[in-house]
Amino acid sequence: MPTRSEILARAARLRVVFEAAGGQIVDPPLLQSADTLLDLYGEDIRARAYVTSDALRGEQMLRPDFTLPVVEMHMQEGAEPARYTYAGEVFRRQEFDETRSNEYVQVGYEIFERNDPAAADAEVFALMQLQLKGLPVRAATGDMGILMAAVQGLQTTERRKAALMRHIWRPRRFRALLDRFAGRAPVPPTRAALLSCEGDVIGATPEIGKRSRAEVEGRIQALRDDAAEPPLAENQLLALEALLSVRETLPYAIERMHDIAVDLPQMLPALAALDARAAALKARGVDVDNLDFEATYGRTSMEYYDGFVFGFYAAARPDLPPVASGGRYDALTRLLGQGEEIPAVGGVIRPDLMLELEETRT
Amino acid sequence: MSLKLGVPSKGRLMEKTFDWFAKRGIALSRTGSDREYAGRVDGIDGISLVLLSAGEIPRELAAGRIHLGVTGTDLVHDKLPRWEQQVEEIAPLGFGQADLILAVPQFWADVETLDDLDAAAAGFRKVHGHRLRIATKYHRLVREFLTDAGVADYQLVDSQGATEGTVKNETAEMVADITSTGETLRANHLKILSDGMVLQSQATLWRSRVAQTSDADRAALNALLDQVQGG
Repeated sequence: MPTRSEILARAARLRVVFEAAGGQIVDPPLLQSADTLLDLYGEDIRARAYVTSDALRGEQMLRPDFTLPVVEMHMQEGAEPARYTYAGEVFRRQEFDETRSNEYVQVGYEIFERNDPAAADAEVFALMQLQLKGLPVRAATGDMGILMAAVQGLQTTERRKAALMRHIWRPRRFRALLDRFAGRAPVPPTRAALLSCEGDVIGATPEIGKRSRAEVEGRIQALRDDAAEPPLAENQLLALEALLSVRETLPYAIERMHDIAVDLPQMLPALAALDARAAALKARGVDVDNLDFEATYGRTSMEYYDGFVFGFYAAARPDLPPVASGGRYDALTRLLGQGEEIPAVGGVIRPDLMLELEETRT
Repeated sequence: MSLKLGVPSKGRLMEKTFDWFAKRGIALSRTGSDREYAGRVDGIDGISLVLLSAGEIPRELAAGRIHLGVTGTDLVHDKLPRWEQQVEEIAPLGFGQADLILAVPQFWADVETLDDLDAAAAGFRKVHGHRLRIATKYHRLVREFLTDAGVADYQLVDSQGATEGTVKNETAEMVADITSTGETLRANHLKILSDGMVLQSQATLWRSRVAQTSDADRAALNALLDQVQGG
């Protein structure tokens, strides 16, 4: 196993490369406000991040990644466009797998840039590939923006689309919603009973707590409205399912998705963005003809990505987490920017895993 | 050194545990004054009694400071990560039944299932600007249950007692709590979600997988297992 000083020395070298590419060095604090993280991820973050607290500042978390503090810092004081690089520890609480590190070093590169997102995506990806040159790794790529555009393009109510979008990161919940909206899942008996009664269903039951009678009645009305809606059209549902199963090399994936877009034409702008990215990657010397593309890649673990996503995996070590990973997170800047927003893309490398792979090679 | 058996130090849980062992020919008793937590074991050799708070027994088992312990399934599952690797279930004792459930105000006519809860939580956050608060003392169990069910936009607030009252006091919108009959819930105008059973718990005899055992301890353990499992 590589020593800590070897890892830090490698991290420093990696950061020099990012600095040479135009990254300005930043050093965000280790402790982050728990509120921001909780607002973004909900209680689930408590299973992944270490929480500590004091009487004055309340709950704090040891940073689980750099992206969030870098975005916060940029939104407060950054000039545009900006490129940042950093190296340091992140902390991940582990409750199920002792072999996973709970503290490791990441070296990253982030671009905040309004013009030419395809070029920025390609720049980050190509830099990561350059840093990993010679290592036995394979890249996986995807694009959350295409799936999101497909959902937005469904011919159904805004409410149904919002429900699907909210759970786009939770495949099982997403599936259950889709089945319900398609009329495939039976209506639960309690729901059927509720929908069949007319008028006031609350009656004289005491109203306790902060959730008001109006909210309860509002949701019942929404459920009644939804029950009157027709199910999702079969062709759109099949198209969405076909999209979820796309897993090919990039040129074939693009071809498949253009076929699917016949039924979901609102995907077309996102597909045009993918075409532009493929061209930009090619211009940077990436072998796009053999690049893997998976429409659902990044759907379960990378919660803030909403466009291009990628990871580099050790081909012979499926037990290892990705050696490098990243993606586009435009929506995150909107959430943290208090009215401001800027397109952003970035990625991180793990020097410890690089060294481990090099050791097993020699 | 002898084999250490940890038992809840007071109340009905202690009495019922003593009864359970007595039926199997092992007499547990407290010695000295009522305030002194010392005990003795008759009817079997090589075992000593350790009286502890039921809440501390999982930790003591996981640390290997006691070899055997009686405590609720809820406490073991909540306090010990990967509990299967740290303790082994020997026998459910048939008392101390309690269910960890999710309950919402009765007048929420629109919420019967976890699916409803998730939608209500999303709506609540939009209206009130904060996540829907669930009062509980079983943080890990409830969080894992809700993550697994795909419920979002909720927040756990700590409540170490009188949890059912938190909704009326508006410090939480709903509760996740232990109930045996549901009466306290009804009295507080709360109802249980139909698929909101987080865990069914009862008093259980556990064996520590990590405690060091001598040959004599192993012999005592086998003798005890024969006696309780045969009974």
